[in-house]
Amino acid sequence: MVTDKLSKSFFSGIKDGIPIGLGYLSVSFTFGIMAVNSGLPVWIAVLISMTNLTSAGQFAGISLINAGAPYIEMALAQLVINLRYSLMSLSLTQKTDKSFNTLHRLILSFGITDEVFAVASGKPHDIDIKYMYGLVTVPYWGWAMGTLMGAAAGSIMPESVSSAMNIAIYGMFLAIIIPPAKKARPVLWVIILSVTISFILHYTPYLNNLSEGFVIIICAIAASGFGALFFPVKEVAE
Amino acid sequence: MIYIHILIMAAVTYLVRMLPMVIFKKKIESNFIKSFLYYVPYAVLGSMTFPAIFTSTSSIYSAIAGTIVAVLLAFKEKSLLTVALSSCLVVYITEWILRSMNLN
Repeated sequence: MVTDKLSKSFFSGIKDGIPIGLGYLSVSFTFGIMAVNSGLPVWIAVLISMTNLTSAGQFAGISLINAGAPYIEMALAQLVINLRYSLMSLSLTQKTDKSFNTLHRLILSFGITDEVFAVASGKPHDIDIKYMYGLVTVPYWGWAMGTLMGAAAGSIMPESVSSAMNIAIYGMFLAIIIPPAKKARPVLWVIILSVTISFILHYTPYLNNLSEGFVIIICAIAASGFGALFFPVKEVAE
Repeated sequence: MIYIHILIMAAVTYLVRMLPMVIFKKKIESNFIKSFLYYVPYAVLGSMTFPAIFTSTSSIYSAIAGTIVAVLLAFKEKSLLTVALSSCLVVYITEWILRSMNLN
């Protein structure tokens, strides 16, 4: 019985990871093409994807590698672009059950991406390690395989197809945030505020020089802080 | 050279993910922080989606069409995969129409 329940949990993670993995194929395919076009060997592109598992950080990373940037600049750029993961990691610690011991935290935290975080935090109940291992599996291999195919095959995918696939990730995000926003007015206000700040930061002169990672952090802290101040949630973690 | 660059990339990216996970093991008691963390996913995903979704495809028109369809289907609580693939399909069709009308 117990095994049944656990394996079901692993496979429900796999199932939830499939749309993420599909979305990753097109993004990492693009990364593979870009990396090879910039002069990196195929296997280096795949090595970067398999050790980093992040989109914006990797795209910035190859341009810094090619510019021969100092190591400290590389470290700072990655920190700024990827600091949002700290916020996501912290948020996820409130949704993990007892099965998350230190060893599993060390392993599973590697797999936290924007989309994995989005799906895991969208679950109505606490998540266990089996589910989390399932959830990160398909995205991880989708990311690695997409990079390999992009780097090896170059631009074989027609522009019209890759353009259409680029919107997939955002469609998924909308599918995650809109249903709860329908049911809880405070969630809707938090989203509206965050989106408004995001537009302002993207289109105001000077402010639009901020890195993407910083924009997300500012929006997240301002809008979540607003939500916590004006709409405290009594039994969030119950 | 390149290996050290990659090592730094991987190490920094891993640490920002791993440290909060390993350091914070208890359920947080403060209702403010609990509420804050409850709203984080919505704020993060909202700001990652907009305005980026409008420039994610090769034409603003196809992006708007894809966004409208995604919002409508999400509002009807369709699955993630359905919403994602439908918006891709709409973008593809819209761009095909734009190309055949030479508006792209």
